[in-house]
Amino acid sequence: MTAATALALSLLIPFAGSILIALAAGNANLREAVTVTTAVLLFADVLWLLSMATAAGPAPALMIGEIMPGLTLALAIEPLGMMFGMIASGLWILNSIYSIGYMRANLEHKQTRYYVCFAIAIGSAVGVAFAANMFTLFIFYEILTISTYPLVAHKETAEARAGGRTYLGVLIGTSIGLQLVAIIWTWVATGTLDFTKGGIISGKVAEAMVPVLLALYVFGIGKAALMPFHRWLPAAMVAPTPVSALLHAVAVVKAGVFTVMKVMVYIFGIDFLAATGSSNWLIWVAAATLLAASIIAMTKDNLKARLAYSTVSQLAYVTLGAALATSMGVLGGSMHIAMHAMGKITLFFCAGAIYTATHKTEISDMDGLGRLMPFTYGAFLIGALSVIGLPPMGGSWSKWYLMLGAADADQLVVIGVLMVSSLLNVAYLLPMVGRGFFTLAPDAPGHGVPQAQAAGAAPVPGSGRPPIREAPLFCVVPLCLTAAGCIVLFIYGDALYRLLEPMVRP
Amino acid sequence: MIAAHLPILQVAVPLVAAPLSVFCRRGATAWTLTFVVSIGAFLISIALLGQVLDQGVLSYQLGDWAAPWGIEYRVDAANAMVLLIISGISTVVLPYARVSIAHEVEAHNQTLFYTCYLLCLTGLLGMVITGDAFNAFVFLEIASLSTYVLVAMGAKRDRRALTAAYTYLVMGTIGATFFVIGVGLLYMMTGTLNMADLAERIPAIGANRTLVVAFAFIVTGLGLKLALFPMHLWLPNAYAFAPSAVTVFLAATATKAAVYLLLRFLFTIFGTSFPTFEPTLTYLLLPLAVIAMFAASTVAIFQVDIKRMLAYSSIAQLGYMVLGMSFATVTGLTATIIHLFNHALMKGALFMALGAVVMRFGDATIDTMRGLGRVMPWTMAAFVAGGLSLIGMPLTVGFISKWLLVTAALESGLWPIAVLVVASSLLAVIYIWRVVEAAYFEPPPEGVTAGEAPPALLIPTWILIGANIYFGIDASLTTRVAGEAARALLKTAS
Repeated sequence: MTAATALALSLLIPFAGSILIALAAGNANLREAVTVTTAVLLFADVLWLLSMATAAGPAPALMIGEIMPGLTLALAIEPLGMMFGMIASGLWILNSIYSIGYMRANLEHKQTRYYVCFAIAIGSAVGVAFAANMFTLFIFYEILTISTYPLVAHKETAEARAGGRTYLGVLIGTSIGLQLVAIIWTWVATGTLDFTKGGIISGKVAEAMVPVLLALYVFGIGKAALMPFHRWLPAAMVAPTPVSALLHAVAVVKAGVFTVMKVMVYIFGIDFLAATGSSNWLIWVAAATLLAASIIAMTKDNLKARLAYSTVSQLAYVTLGAALATSMGVLGGSMHIAMHAMGKITLFFCAGAIYTATHKTEISDMDGLGRLMPFTYGAFLIGALSVIGLPPMGGSWSKWYLMLGAADADQLVVIGVLMVSSLLNVAYLLPMVGRGFFTLAPDAPGHGVPQAQAAGAAPVPGSGRPPIREAPLFCVVPLCLTAAGCIVLFIYGDALYRLLEPMVRP
Repeated sequence: MIAAHLPILQVAVPLVAAPLSVFCRRGATAWTLTFVVSIGAFLISIALLGQVLDQGVLSYQLGDWAAPWGIEYRVDAANAMVLLIISGISTVVLPYARVSIAHEVEAHNQTLFYTCYLLCLTGLLGMVITGDAFNAFVFLEIASLSTYVLVAMGAKRDRRALTAAYTYLVMGTIGATFFVIGVGLLYMMTGTLNMADLAERIPAIGANRTLVVAFAFIVTGLGLKLALFPMHLWLPNAYAFAPSAVTVFLAATATKAAVYLLLRFLFTIFGTSFPTFEPTLTYLLLPLAVIAMFAASTVAIFQVDIKRMLAYSSIAQLGYMVLGMSFATVTGLTATIIHLFNHALMKGALFMALGAVVMRFGDATIDTMRGLGRVMPWTMAAFVAGGLSLIGMPLTVGFISKWLLVTAALESGLWPIAVLVVASSLLAVIYIWRVVEAAYFEPPPEGVTAGEAPPALLIPTWILIGANIYFGIDASLTTRVAGEAARALLKTAS
């Protein structure tokens, strides 16, 4: 199999999979089997691409077609995209398994539409990852928005529709209103949209206008949720939890910060940004978003809302890393895409598992649940520690490199911001775990647990601790695996570093 | 032999067929005749476009009378493309019309309907192909008069079609009168009606009060015909109450022909050096286009009748075309001309989908749309696809238009206009999404059972949707032809 075939397959597999899923609508087990098979095949294909991308020789590339003269639909592999492709396709497998458990246990309607849209969303995320130029990236970026809209509004209640409207409104509004203008401006000024090492802007756009163009890009990439365009993320919390996991960890927000990183490195070029200081303002916007979102997260009692604001804050780390315009900052920000993906998907899986097992959404109602759901809470702890950035979790590496990047850029204030923010992370994530393990449920053991699960599971006499009442295995196993993934990423942080490093090598 | 006479055949075939169809006793026979003629016209326009791209400008002298005395038909890339749009849409819409007209127009009127349809087709093709200013007026009137009748035929469904047609008649006649007054003044000053001759003599006369008045009359008259804001008032009712097939045909072609004539008069006949050319474009057409984009889109958001909503959307889209024109650059005109084509595809598809809804439920209000996602899945899927194209999503033709228009604005250094273009296209998201939400997230009313539109309506709709996507993915042909057309109008070498 040649590299071009493998690249073509990386798009064909998910899109063909979505059609097969639709055809298998009548038989739920077959449909889910198709989903999981598609996910596994896609991951295998991406791993194959990885082996070819790291081997010597020219990087894999594929030209699909020319839409308008000079504007091509083309794919190419570079380190950052390779990493994002692996995240999206790898986590899709776990998310599919988790979805089966969650959607069935909660008796959700219209599951076929759900799985079809999910496959399209992953396909477009892979398209974003492997896009060879900004034009191709934009096309897949928009398909991603449209295909996730039915997922966000899945419940079809008034609340879900309002959330879906905000989601679509902010994402389409920013992408068409700002990003498209930026892309066309780049095209008119430079005559190319190819991702080029060292950037294409240098010398083509008046220096005074570069920050304006940069602003059009970073705010136009609404999926990166930089304040004030972050409102869609909490609004999208009405979606079923696996969708939230998709939005927050696998595809949507990651596509956003990935695009920001890609634009900074391959459209502007970090050396150019560092030399002109055009991205200095962005450091402060990102730092402000980072702190403000953390503080808002502390005020939220709804677990998913708290995690949503946590995501807004964590995404700002990536933007911050890019805005520092130093090698270490870019590497740290890029690594944070992977580290945060693994940590946050764990947290969302846990939130969904808690909801599936107990139908609780507010943190203040979750007293004592840790004893009932030890695996879920254990995984939550690991995920939380990774998001905070403590060893031995993957998240510690990205924060480490971000701090190095800040030091390289002589931005000592930024180091302070990162430290304060880590403390804020502790303050809004860990009390939830403490509450689960160290407080008792208000009434007798088993209070608030659904009848179906309480029946036949009487407390073990003499032990003084209630029996385990976990969510279905389809939910618990994926979240344990992602929690383990946080630790694995710590151990293999070096491998990730070496994968990404060519991106900033001169 | 025949190849040399294609320009006249383009007009003569439907013109001769029109009186013949009066003799058909049944609507179905008249339809067959019309359909065959339309296919013929489509093939001729394809051949003409091929010839133009190969050989450059074609000139045909009617009855072998040499140009300034006789009437000349003159085909370059610009009108060849518009001819293709008109005859192509007509050919796609006719299979749709067979079922929809049989349902919406009284049996005894159906033969008459196809006669008027053929006359309308003749008029539109004629006003585009001709190289003679007065001849253009004659065909404009043929097209307009037959259109009034076609709109009035919607009276079986809703009597308000009659007032809509009457309003259109009054407004349309004013527009045509302004136009002919302008042409008369031109003749007075130059002694010729041939467009190529006019283009030579007008610069020779230079700044002259009478010519400026002629310019004003022509721009106003054509502005009325193409529903340039604020002269658009005839359009929403005419589109809303006409029979569905007529709405599709008019929305996709009639205003396009008027846009073409305006392009021809502004750029070929008066030319960029005409004293009032620049001020008109910069201070009249550009602001009006921008206002149209916003005002009409905003009004569209509040419409209850979805046909009216799309009619207002058309006014906004015409704003885009006029905007591209007002830049007076190659990219700007390319954007205008490609949007003529692309907008015909998207609005055609959208009105066809709505027509299927009207045929089943009698109207297409936002209330009727509730739950249709399940009741008429294919029709609504087409509506969503057409809507995405209207919004300008990538991989649809709408995106190509918007890309070129924003490029043109930025190239001219008008970046605030670029921002306004994208901002106004976001209004389209709002009015399309209202319908999508109603169709997919609300339950159908009690007693409505699933039932798809007949294939005769669905297949043409999906042909247009397919074209929306095809020309959105591979726009190299359309951009090339539109680019040629723009250069022909601006008389710059390619």
